[in-house]
Amino acid sequence: MLLIHCPYCGENRSELEFRWAGEAHIARPDTISAISDEEFAEYFFMRDNTKGIAWERWRHIHGCGRFFNAIRDTVSDKFLLTYKAGLPRQPVPGAEAVAEPSVASVVEGGAA
Amino acid sequence: MRKYSVFALVKEAMRSHKGWEPHWVSPEPRSSYDVIIIGGGGHGLGAAYYLAKEHGITNIAVIERGWLGGGNTGRNTTIIRSNYLYEESMDIYEHSLKLWEGLSQDLNYNVMYSPRGVMMLSHNTHDMQSFKRHINANRLYGIDNEWLTPEQAKKFCPPLDISKTARYPINGAALQKRGGTARHDAVAWGYARAASDRGVHIIQNCEVTGIRRGPNGEVTGVETSRGFIGAKKIGVSAAGHSSVVMQMAGVRVPLTSNPLQALVSEPLKPIFPCVVMSNTVHAYISQSDKGELVIGAGTDQYHSYSQTGGLQIITHTLDAICELFPIFRRVKMMRQWGGITDNTPDRSAIQSVTPVPNLFVNCGWGTGGFKATPGSANLFAHLIARGEPHPLAAGLTLDRFRTGRLIDEAAAAAVAH
Amino acid sequence: MSNFRIKGAGRLTPARTARFTFDGRIYTALEGDTVASALLANGVHLMGRSFKYHRPRGILTAGPEEPNALLDVSRDAARRQPNVRASVQDVFDGAIIRSQNRWPFLSFDIGAFNNLLSAFFPAGFYYKTFMWPREAWAKLYEPIIRRAAGLGVAPKEADPDHYANRFAHCDVLVAGAGAAGLAAALSAAKTGAEVILVDERAEVGGALLFDTATTIDGKPGYDWAQDVFQQLKAMPNVRVLTRTTVFGYYNHNFLGLVERVTDHLANPDPSLPRERLWQVRARKVVLATGAIERHMVFANNDRPGIMLASAARLYLNHYGVAVGSKVGVYTAHDSAYEAAIDLKRAGVDVVAIVDCRAKPGEAVVSAARSLGIEVLTGYSVIDTGGRLRISSMTVARNGSSNNRKIPVDALLMSGGWTPSVHLFSQSRGKLKFDAASERFLPDVHVQDCVSVGACNGTDDLNALLSEAAAAGGGEFSVSGEVAFAWTGGMIGAAEGAGKDKIVKAFVDFQHDVTAKDIRLAVREGMHSIEHIKRFTTNGMASDQGKLSNMHGLAIAAEMLGKEIPQVGLTTFRAPYTPVTYGTLIAHSRGDLFDPARKTPLHAELVKQGAEFEDVGNWKRAWYFPRRGEDMHAAVNRECRTAREVAGIFDASTLGKIEVVGPDAAKFLNLMYTNAWDNLKPGKCRYGIMTREDGFVYDDGVVGRLSEDRFHVTTTTGGAPRVLHHMEDYLQTEFPDLKVWLTSTTEQWAVIAVQGPKAREIIAPLVEGLDLSNEAFPHMSVAECTVMGVPARLFRVSFTGEIGFEVNVPADYGAAVWKAIWERGQALGACLYGTETMHVLRAEKGYIIVGQDTDGTVTPDDAGYGWAVSKKKTDFVGIRGLKRPDLMREGRKQLVGLLTTDPTEVLEEGGQIVENPNQVKPMTMLGHVTSAYWSENLGRSIAIGLVANGRARMGETLYVPMKDRTIAVEVTDMVFFDKEGGRIHG
Repeated sequence: MLLIHCPYCGENRSELEFRWAGEAHIARPDTISAISDEEFAEYFFMRDNTKGIAWERWRHIHGCGRFFNAIRDTVSDKFLLTYKAGLPRQPVPGAEAVAEPSVASVVEGGAA
Repeated sequence: MRKYSVFALVKEAMRSHKGWEPHWVSPEPRSSYDVIIIGGGGHGLGAAYYLAKEHGITNIAVIERGWLGGGNTGRNTTIIRSNYLYEESMDIYEHSLKLWEGLSQDLNYNVMYSPRGVMMLSHNTHDMQSFKRHINANRLYGIDNEWLTPEQAKKFCPPLDISKTARYPINGAALQKRGGTARHDAVAWGYARAASDRGVHIIQNCEVTGIRRGPNGEVTGVETSRGFIGAKKIGVSAAGHSSVVMQMAGVRVPLTSNPLQALVSEPLKPIFPCVVMSNTVHAYISQSDKGELVIGAGTDQYHSYSQTGGLQIITHTLDAICELFPIFRRVKMMRQWGGITDNTPDRSAIQSVTPVPNLFVNCGWGTGGFKATPGSANLFAHLIARGEPHPLAAGLTLDRFRTGRLIDEAAAAAVAH
Repeated sequence: MSNFRIKGAGRLTPARTARFTFDGRIYTALEGDTVASALLANGVHLMGRSFKYHRPRGILTAGPEEPNALLDVSRDAARRQPNVRASVQDVFDGAIIRSQNRWPFLSFDIGAFNNLLSAFFPAGFYYKTFMWPREAWAKLYEPIIRRAAGLGVAPKEADPDHYANRFAHCDVLVAGAGAAGLAAALSAAKTGAEVILVDERAEVGGALLFDTATTIDGKPGYDWAQDVFQQLKAMPNVRVLTRTTVFGYYNHNFLGLVERVTDHLANPDPSLPRERLWQVRARKVVLATGAIERHMVFANNDRPGIMLASAARLYLNHYGVAVGSKVGVYTAHDSAYEAAIDLKRAGVDVVAIVDCRAKPGEAVVSAARSLGIEVLTGYSVIDTGGRLRISSMTVARNGSSNNRKIPVDALLMSGGWTPSVHLFSQSRGKLKFDAASERFLPDVHVQDCVSVGACNGTDDLNALLSEAAAAGGGEFSVSGEVAFAWTGGMIGAAEGAGKDKIVKAFVDFQHDVTAKDIRLAVREGMHSIEHIKRFTTNGMASDQGKLSNMHGLAIAAEMLGKEIPQVGLTTFRAPYTPVTYGTLIAHSRGDLFDPARKTPLHAELVKQGAEFEDVGNWKRAWYFPRRGEDMHAAVNRECRTAREVAGIFDASTLGKIEVVGPDAAKFLNLMYTNAWDNLKPGKCRYGIMTREDGFVYDDGVVGRLSEDRFHVTTTTGGAPRVLHHMEDYLQTEFPDLKVWLTSTTEQWAVIAVQGPKAREIIAPLVEGLDLSNEAFPHMSVAECTVMGVPARLFRVSFTGEIGFEVNVPADYGAAVWKAIWERGQALGACLYGTETMHVLRAEKGYIIVGQDTDGTVTPDDAGYGWAVSKKKTDFVGIRGLKRPDLMREGRKQLVGLLTTDPTEVLEEGGQIVENPNQVKPMTMLGHVTSAYWSENLGRSIAIGLVANGRARMGETLYVPMKDRTIAVEVTDMVFFDKEGGRIHG
C-alpha cells in the first residue's frame, strides 16, 4: 500500500484515501469541438504509459477531495514529488543540479 | 523432434532419462530474419509456431528479454472461457477455445487443458440480466453457456455458500462447461518446442532497445542487447511492456499498465472441482492439479511496471472468497505475486497494423490474455503473414479508437441504476 | 514407548504436562513442547509422507522451514487445520493430531507404490504423456493425479473462530529477535523511538535458544536474551510481539505481520481472536531475520531420523529431547560439531561425525575427538538404510569405493547456513552473490531498511552485535563470546549424490525433487533457474524453497558450467510462511464484508414487510407482499393501485449533488448534453450526461432552486462516480468557475408519491405551497415545509402519473414517511418497491441507464437526441459524439417490443434476430433490455436495443430462446397513456 503526500493537506497518508486519476498534464483542447478524429483519439485514448518517471494525477478522495499531480517512478513506485493541480509540469527532483524548487517550496508556493 | 508419448517415457525410464532432447534450441542470432517477434510469451511463441506451420515462414526469431513465459504467461491464473458478449470477442475467444481443445495433440505437448467448467456467479438482478444477455448471445453464436439456479450451482461446486442470508446472496450462475484451465508454463514450452522444431530461433536474455526504420518509415530490424538484428517484419507481442516497445517505433498506443495480483494456497486434496468467478464481489478461484487453490486478485489502481501491488488488494479478494466459501477461512495463503496487465480503454485487445509499415502489434489483452493465447497467436500469425487481419480479428484494430467503434466488454458489464 | 526426554536438559517444566493424540494414539507432552519435540520425546520420527512418491518422512527441522512433518491439527470438528508444521505448532492439552497424504496408515501407505514406479515419473513427465485419447486427460488422467497430489484435507465446516486486525505505525520495526534483533531493538528503544520487535517463536533468542555455548555481556546467551526482553517489555515506547511472523514487506515500508494468539492454548478465552493481522507502516525497518541451516544432498537423505544438526540441538537444549540414541553426523560446516558435542555431553552415543571437508575447523574437531567422538574428515555419507526410520549410514572416503555401514537411529546434517533474505528481497532490495561464502547477501537496500546479523552475512558475534546496535541508532554497545568460530558450508549435491546413478538425493523434500531431476531439467533445455523451478517444482512446496533453493541453483549451475549468478535466483515472494485467509480478512466478513447501505426509511420498510434487493451496495425495497401474495401478485397489485389511486416509494437512494455558485448553470452546461442557463428557478429538467466519448454515462432530474443553486439527482449506482467526474472537470479543466459541489445523497430522505391521488395525500402535510397544477405544474421544484420540517418538494414523475418527490432531512424521513403512509392508506394507496417502479416506468418508455443502456449507447440511440443541445459550443462529449461510428447509420436504437402472444414475457437479455432460421453463428440485431408483465395493460411489454430500430416500426422480429422462438413487433417505447395527459393530472 502506497504512502502518498497530499500537497493540500501536507500529510503522508495511506493509499486507501486516494484515487489514481490517470496521466497528468493532458489538457482538454480549448476548441475540442473543432479537433479532428485523430486528435480526439490522441487526447482521449492514447497514453505514454511511461516505464520509469511518470507524471500522474491523484485525488485525495477520502480526504480533502482535491486533485493533485505527482511524479512517480513506475518501476519502483517511489514518489519523487507531489504538487498542486494547476502548476506546470514540475522537473524531476534531483535530476538537475540547478535550483529546482524543493518539495516544500512547490507545495507552499503553488497556486490552487 | 523426438515425439513425446508414454512409450518414449518408458523407454527413457530404462536408461535413466538420458536421451531426452532440449525442448528448444537457442542458437546465435542470424544477422536478419523474415520475421522477428518481440516477446517470448505464449502469444509470441504461438505466433511464430503458426507462421511456420500455416504460412510457410520459418526464418523467424522470437526475442525475449528474460526467460520464455516469464511475463504474464507464467503469472496468470489460467482461466479459459469464450462466453463473451460481443461478436468480435466471441469470434476470437471461441477460435481460441477450439484450438485449446486440440492443442496438446497439435503440439505433442500436454498443456493440460482441463474443461472442468467456468461458473460465473450472479448476485442481483443486474447480474442476471447481463448473464442472460451473454447466454442468449452465446447460444445464437454457437457457444455453450447455460444458466444455473443457485441449487444447480451448489451441485456443480459443493463448497459454494448459497444461503439467502449472505451479504450478496447468489441468485443463479452462468456456466460454460467447455471453459476450464490449462498449465501455463506448458503452453510457453510446448509452443517453443514446436516452433523450434520448425526452425524458429528462440533467443532469450536479449532485450530489444530500439526499432530501426528504413527510408520509407518501414521497419528494418531491432537494436538489442546482443546487437542489431535485421527483420523484414516485426510483430510486437510484449504484454506488460507493449507501450515501451511501441514507443521505440514512435507509435503511441491506448494502454495503461497495471499490477494484477494472484495467490495460491497450500496444497489440499481435491475440494474444488471447477472455476468460479464473481464480478460483483470480485473473486475468481480454481484448484490446480497440485492441490493449490489458485485465486485471482484485483488490479492495483495505479499504473506501474513493478510487478508488485498492495496487500489490501489481496485481503479484499480473500474477503470475497471467504464470503462465497466460508469453509476456506482456515486455509492458508502460500504464495502471492503480481504481473503487469496492459489495459485498453474498452477492455478489448488490439491486434493491428500500425502507422509504421511492416510493424504489427498484438497487445492490450488486459486480464484475459491467457485464454486467448492460441487464438490470438494464430490470428496474429495471419496478420503478420498477410499484412491484413484475419476476419475473426478484424474488429481489434487500433483504428477503432479514432472511429469510436469500440468493443466495450467492460461497459457491457457496467453496473448502474 | 521409549522416552527420549533427558533429565536436566532443556528449559521446559517437567511438572506441567499436556496430553494429545497422534493418529489415534495418546501421547504425553510437556507444556511448551512443539508437536515435533513432543513426538520426538516419545521416540516418534515418522510424521508424514511426501507429495509425489509418498516416501516416509520424519521431522527435518525445528522451525518454519519444515517441509516434511505437515500434520492435521484439530481442537474440534470445525477447528481443524491441515498442513500444520509440527516444528512450529505448540502442543496443547486435548489436541487431535493426524498425519496426512497417506492411506490407509502412515506406516503402510498404498501411495508409496509410486516410489517403486518413480523411474517413470521424472520431473515434468506429465508434459510428455496422457495426451491420448484427447478427452482422457480431463476425464481419466487428471483426476488420478489430483487425488494423488495435494497434502492436507481442507476443512469441511465454516471456521467458528474469529480474527482481528490492527494498523500500527512505528519509528523502527525490527524483524527477528535473535541476538542481532534484540541488540538493534534495545539500541533503538534507548533513543526514545517507537519500536516494534517481532519474532515468530514463543520466546525471543533466535539461535541463542539452541546455542548454549555463546555468552553475551558475560551471561549465557539465552539469559541475556530474556533479560533484554524484560527490559524492552518494560519500556513504554516498545512493543514486543512474539509468536508473530513478519510475512510480507510491501511498498513504502508497509509490512504485514501475523500474530498467533490462541493456537497454543488448551482452553482459549473465546473473546480472543485466534490470530491477529498487524499492518505496520514503519519509518525504518531493521531486518534481523537470521539464517536457515541447509541439509546435505546425498542418496536417501530423507529417511525419518535424518534432520538438521541445529534442529537436533534445539530439541536437546530447549526441549530436553534427544533425537536418537545412536546418532551420526554428516556435515560440511563446523556448527554441526557443536550439536554432536552437546548430545555427547548429554549422554547420547554419537557414533561418528562424517565431514566431507578435508580440513574442518581444528578447534571443533579436537573438541569432538576429546569427547571420544570419531571424526571422519574427507568422508561422505553415500547412502542410508532403514524404512520408516533410518537404521544405518554408509560412509566412504571421498573418491574411494570402499565403504562402511554404520548403524544409527538418527543422522544430523549441516550443509551450512543460508541467510534469510526473504523480506529484504520482498522489499525489492538487490542481492549480490558472495562467491567466497557461496551466499546471496543484501547489496542495495531500496526502501528505508537495513539488514543486520546472519541475514546480512555477518558471522562474527561481536561484529554482529555492533552492527545491530548501530542499526538501532542508539549509543549502545554490547559484546559476547562464542565457543567456536564456525567455518565451512557447501551448496549442491554432495559426494555420493550419484551424478550418474539412479539414486534419490533429495533437494526439495516435500515435492520429491532430486538432484537428478534438476539435471534432467537442464538437459531438457531449462537453463533459467525460473524454468528449472517450474519444470521440477523445486522450491514451490509450502516451505517455498527455504532449504532447497540454493542446492537446486548450485546443481543447475554445475550442470550448465556457469557461475551461480548467471543462472539467476528465483524471486522470493510473500508470504514468508503461509498465512491463514481468516487472518487476512480479519473482521471483513458477514455484514462487515461490505457494509450494506440502508436508507433512512429502512426500518419502516421492514415493518411494512418489504422484500429487499441488492442494488450496488444498497438494500432497496423490492416489493411489499401481503399475506398470501407471491412477488408477481404483489407487483401486479402495486402497479394497479399506483395508477388507480397512488403509490408511495422510497427513492432515497437516488444520488444527489448540490451544485452551488455563480457559475453553477455554466458548469452544468458543460457537464450535461442539455442546456441549463434557460432553466428558471423553481423548475426541473431531465438531464443526460455523457463522458468525452459521447456515450450515456448517467441521467437524472435537476432542479434549479435559485440562480446559483441546483439540486442534481443521479442514478442510484452512479452517484459517487458522477461526483468524482464533476469534481475532476471543476478542479482541473474549469478551475476558474465559481462552483461548489456537495454530495447530499445521505442528507435527504426522498419519498415519492405517485398517482391520481398523490396531491390529495401530501397536500395537508405541505405548508406554504400551492400544489395546484397552475401554481406547481409538472417539473416544478420548491422549498417548503412538510409537517414543519424544511423540505424540498419536486413535482416529478417516473411513472407517468402526477407525482411528487418529498425531500426531507434524513433524520425526519421516517416520521414524514409514516404520516404520508397513514394518509395514503386511508385513501387506498399502496407502498411499492423497485420492481413496480421498473414496470411503471417501462409502461411509459422511460429508460434506466445501466439497464437499457450499457456504455455503448449514445443519447440519440436511447431516443434522447432531443436532450443534446444543438446550440451549445461546448460540453463534455460534444466531440466524441461526432466520431464516425457514433454518426453511422444503422446503430442500435431503443425501441418498444410487443410479443405476438400478449401473455409471453420476454427474457431480459434475449437476443433479437431478423431470421430465426439462419445457421449459427447468427447475425444478432440487438437484445431485450427490459421486459415485464404489465397488469395495467393486461399484456407483456418490452424495450430493446435494435439495429436501426426506429426505422423498423411495425416489423416482426424474433427472439430465439432455447426451446422456442418468440415473435415480436417493433413499436415505439410508450405503451401507456401515449398522449401523456395523466402526468399533468
